Amino acid sequence: MPLLQLEGVSKRFGQVVVADGITFQLEEGASVGVVGPNGAGKTSMFGLISGDIKPDSGSISFEGRDLHRVATPTRCRMGIGRTYQIPQPFEHMTVFENTLVAAQQGARTRGVASYEKAYQSLERVGMAALANRPAGSLALLHRKRLELARALSSNPRILLLDEIAGGLTDAEVVDLSAVIRGLQGEGIAILWIEHVVRALLSTVDRLLCLANGALVADGEPREVLASDAVRTVYLGGRIINESGVS
Amino acid sequence: MKKVRNLDHGADSLVTVRRSRINPLYTLIGAVVLSGLLTWAPWFLPAADVSILQNFFILVIMATMWNLLAGYAGMVSIGQQGFIGLGAYAVLYFAIKGVNPFVAIPLAIIVCAIIALPVTYLLLRLRGGYFSVATWVVANTAMLLILSFTLLGGGTGAALPGLVNLSPDQLNHDRYLSTWFVALVVVVATYLLLRSRLGLVLSSVRDNEVASRSSGTKVTSTRRLIFIVAAAGCGAAGAVLAISQPFIQPGNEFSLSWTAQMLFVSMIGGLGTIEGPILGSIIFFALQQWLQNWGAWYLIIFGAVAVSIAIWQPRGLWGIVRDKFHFELLPVGYRVNDATREPVPRKSDGPSWRSRFARKKDGPESVAT
Repeated sequence: MPLLQLEGVSKRFGQVVVADGITFQLEEGASVGVVGPNGAGKTSMFGLISGDIKPDSGSISFEGRDLHRVATPTRCRMGIGRTYQIPQPFEHMTVFENTLVAAQQGARTRGVASYEKAYQSLERVGMAALANRPAGSLALLHRKRLELARALSSNPRILLLDEIAGGLTDAEVVDLSAVIRGLQGEGIAILWIEHVVRALLSTVDRLLCLANGALVADGEPREVLASDAVRTVYLGGRIINESGVS
Repeated sequence: MKKVRNLDHGADSLVTVRRSRINPLYTLIGAVVLSGLLTWAPWFLPAADVSILQNFFILVIMATMWNLLAGYAGMVSIGQQGFIGLGAYAVLYFAIKGVNPFVAIPLAIIVCAIIALPVTYLLLRLRGGYFSVATWVVANTAMLLILSFTLLGGGTGAALPGLVNLSPDQLNHDRYLSTWFVALVVVVATYLLLRSRLGLVLSSVRDNEVASRSSGTKVTSTRRLIFIVAAAGCGAAGAVLAISQPFIQPGNEFSLSWTAQMLFVSMIGGLGTIEGPILGSIIFFALQQWLQNWGAWYLIIFGAVAVSIAIWQPRGLWGIVRDKFHFELLPVGYRVNDATREPVPRKSDGPSWRSRFARKKDGPESVAT
């Protein structure tokens, strides 16, 4: 049984199609990247999986359970953890308290077990020394790491990472990729939206490409990147072909 | 203080999580001594001062509830006077039906909680300013409904029966003690609630509802529970307000000025802290005593103080104490102390071990990788 399965999932906001019959499945421990130009519907797909957005049609199931009537908090408790493209820390709370919320509510731990969960998540992303800092005072790198730590505290079976390497320096990207590879080794499935392709290539073993809400390519990362479909999406292949440059 | 297993150092952990920087025993001893003094106040204070204390407790109850609602849960209500009025009128109703008004206080609290439940299904669909305006509409609707009950005196109000058998001294003592007891219960219950897991959830909902939801928090249930608790607390304030005055009038019990006072007190004391509304209430009453003969200047100075605090010290006066001295009487947060990084001196419960992070906060060495 696949861990996560999307079957013909569609969603539109007025005339804008953000998901157009998306179908794919993810196995336990899989590491899958998602690419696509701005407005392709990548973040919306995460919203559909996490429950922030309700689909118009199609089905999403997690461990064989249909998520149609399952609310976002319950999805988190089932094991769907996510980060946001623009970090969403609890600004007036400390870094430790940020992860503690997820440990207590998402992972359903209590007392010392919740403290351990929250603190160890911070250690895994290298933020334990900042545990008592107000989250609102953090710089971008630390905010992104905190997003990851908070998602980890909820005990996820699958992590939805939304451009977690965006805006970081090369060295920071390398560090973060190493952390994510470490998670993969623990059996956590990764679904990672990223524009920093080298970070993806060093981590994922499968790549999806979205355009206008539709899945246009799915396969081995280098093959997907070299495919005509992806080149068309990113480079406007039809125009290039017509001018003979392709 | 709870020990936490550290990934690097295994089960023999040196990481601890603390809830308080000062020994909770000191806080407890201080609270018991203060409670004892306040309980015996009617026996050694003049009647006028006892009356001021009684009004102070009523304001503390209201402000604590408003702070819980707005400061911790992010629900800025301008309609809490609705539940104050309902609490007062519930006492009046039970007293008319022959129940001792003092016994009617807990009944009034239950009535307000029950009324609040269906109201949440309307209000919690709204956010921000829409929520605030809707609370005001609910309060006015409640007042209009009460006005239509002739049993409760309609628009002119009614005298509270059931207190005539008591001597004036006995009545004043009973009024004071019941008000003090309700204030104590409200503050202690709020403290315990905020120290529980729910307190952490509340702060996360206030800071970022979307992130809180995707971290596993049932946001609507949490907001509903807190709204009901705040309604019950304001109902308690209304109930003790009812027994502290001979006549109950809709214009007084449902007055918007109650919410204005709660807001003022919470803002100058410090939103999002338990101590803030108490400190704010002390300042409010001090200013009121000092300015009582200044006529219109009284309100102008109150307004100027509120605006100044909002601009220059938005975290309130208790925020200054907390930020400068790292001191909290009633702490509800969590602090991590990782002794594997740096030894902690025995007497450094508070400022010093916090300041080691503060010292490092801008330096690259603060990033542990």
